[in-house]
Amino acid sequence: MQSNIKHAISHVARLGQKGCDALESLGRAGVFLAQSAVGVPSREGWSLWLRQVHFVGVLSLAIVLVSGLFIGMVLALQGYTILVDFGAEQALGQMVALSLLRELAPVVAALLFAGRAGSALTAEIGLMKATEQLTSMEMIGVDPLRRVVAPRLWAGFVALPILTVGFSVVGIWGGYLVGVEWLGVFEGSYWSNMQASVSFVDDIGNGIIKSLVFAVVVTWIAVFQGYDLVPTSEGISRATTRTVVYSSLAVLGLDFVLTAVMFGGL
Amino acid sequence: MTDAPFIEIEDLYFSRGDHDIFRGINMTISRGQVTAIMGPSGTGKTTLLKLIGGQLTPDRGRVLIDGQDVHRLSRKALFTLRKRMGMLFQSGALFSDLDVFENVAFPLRVHTDLPDPMIRDLVLLKLQAVGLRGARHLSPAELSGGMARRVALARAVALDPELILYDEPFVGQDPISMGVLVQLIKRLNQALSLTSVIVSHDIKETLSIADYLYLIADGQVVASGTPRTLDTNQDPRVSQFIHGEPDGPVPFHYPAETLYRDILGQASAGKVR
Repeated sequence: MQSNIKHAISHVARLGQKGCDALESLGRAGVFLAQSAVGVPSREGWSLWLRQVHFVGVLSLAIVLVSGLFIGMVLALQGYTILVDFGAEQALGQMVALSLLRELAPVVAALLFAGRAGSALTAEIGLMKATEQLTSMEMIGVDPLRRVVAPRLWAGFVALPILTVGFSVVGIWGGYLVGVEWLGVFEGSYWSNMQASVSFVDDIGNGIIKSLVFAVVVTWIAVFQGYDLVPTSEGISRATTRTVVYSSLAVLGLDFVLTAVMFGGL
Repeated sequence: MTDAPFIEIEDLYFSRGDHDIFRGINMTISRGQVTAIMGPSGTGKTTLLKLIGGQLTPDRGRVLIDGQDVHRLSRKALFTLRKRMGMLFQSGALFSDLDVFENVAFPLRVHTDLPDPMIRDLVLLKLQAVGLRGARHLSPAELSGGMARRVALARAVALDPELILYDEPFVGQDPISMGVLVQLIKRLNQALSLTSVIVSHDIKETLSIADYLYLIADGQVVASGTPRTLDTNQDPRVSQFIHGEPDGPVPFHYPAETLYRDILGQASAGKVR
């Protein structure tokens, strides 16, 4: 009996310990973000930032655009088969554009970004930590938060919203290819219905706000996981996995919250 | 130059988890001297350098560098203080995205406004001193471990610091570069009136250049003195280490059961590990 109670208490204690650890880690991540993202970049900071924009943004362009094209094409195909039953295939442009701008572009681009750029950021910073490059930078009197972390954070903040816009544009074009060129929806109604129903502030604006939030969260998770990992090969592999898992879950969860606030009448 | 010691370590305690690494270490490191910290593997010599550099915070006690308490400085003040130090890491820790030249130029580029031609001359002179002027275009991945350490040394002295911390500088050097490196450390110390701290367990090389030695074991300083006084020290822990004897108070084996029990006793009980 007594050992059962002891057993149960030790489980509760472990749960509490896990909660405390999670909270402590969140606190560390918060301090980390504040210390690295805030501050005026030096002249050299700009060139470091540009290089990172190239790494996380330009090099993710291909995968994001190709995915956008296919998602737009699938949307048109699926949408057409349903809309045509109601004789409403003229509204295809509206459906494709709203789905992409409000939901699919920010979410899918963020998920792809987490897999393509986020994991690379974690592994790169983690390896720099494991090979003592970050420590030696500190000993030279250069703060790695400002020199290594800040350019990567800001590159992610800027790159993902731009990638999201590209995703939407290519997706709408993909919808046009399938809907108009292949399935024979009237071109005029594809574009004019879209123009009439898409609001710049509510749809495009909210989509961009979403992608800004996702950009901050995904890049923050990726860079922090790299900076905070256990510097061994196993630690790097775990942290890389954690980056993809945490940021995917965070994106999907936050998307629900943001959608409820923006479009759910909350 | 004042006579006050450059580094003072007072009653330093440090532990990792349940494992006590230091239990009350006291040291004074004089200006302009080569001070060596020696001890068996796993006694926390590298940890001590990290405590001096302010990368780790002690549980108790303090480290004063030129009168400033390293662990009470603000982040900014700590980075300013670090500009006056160089540290040579065991692995070299070169920046893998920069070539040899840019690695050595890095401290000059971030901390000075020198024009490019002058940076070039300074970098080439530093590389010449470590014998790797010809390797300036190589990337760190193309260097051997010993070469990487020599580049790291050139980088550590690029800003002409007042203090250099060497973490195992002699490991993995061939006999030729070992001899050069020993001379280089000595020469740098005299020519630039540096203060050098060497962490090492290469006894012969270290004894040949150190002005003063500390021997640490079991989390404490067990002996200190000039190389000559340590050589004749009668303490069995000291003489075992200095003369490299396998038997003595410092065990070679990590604590374990007796070999007999481990091999015969456990195997019969059916345990695999």
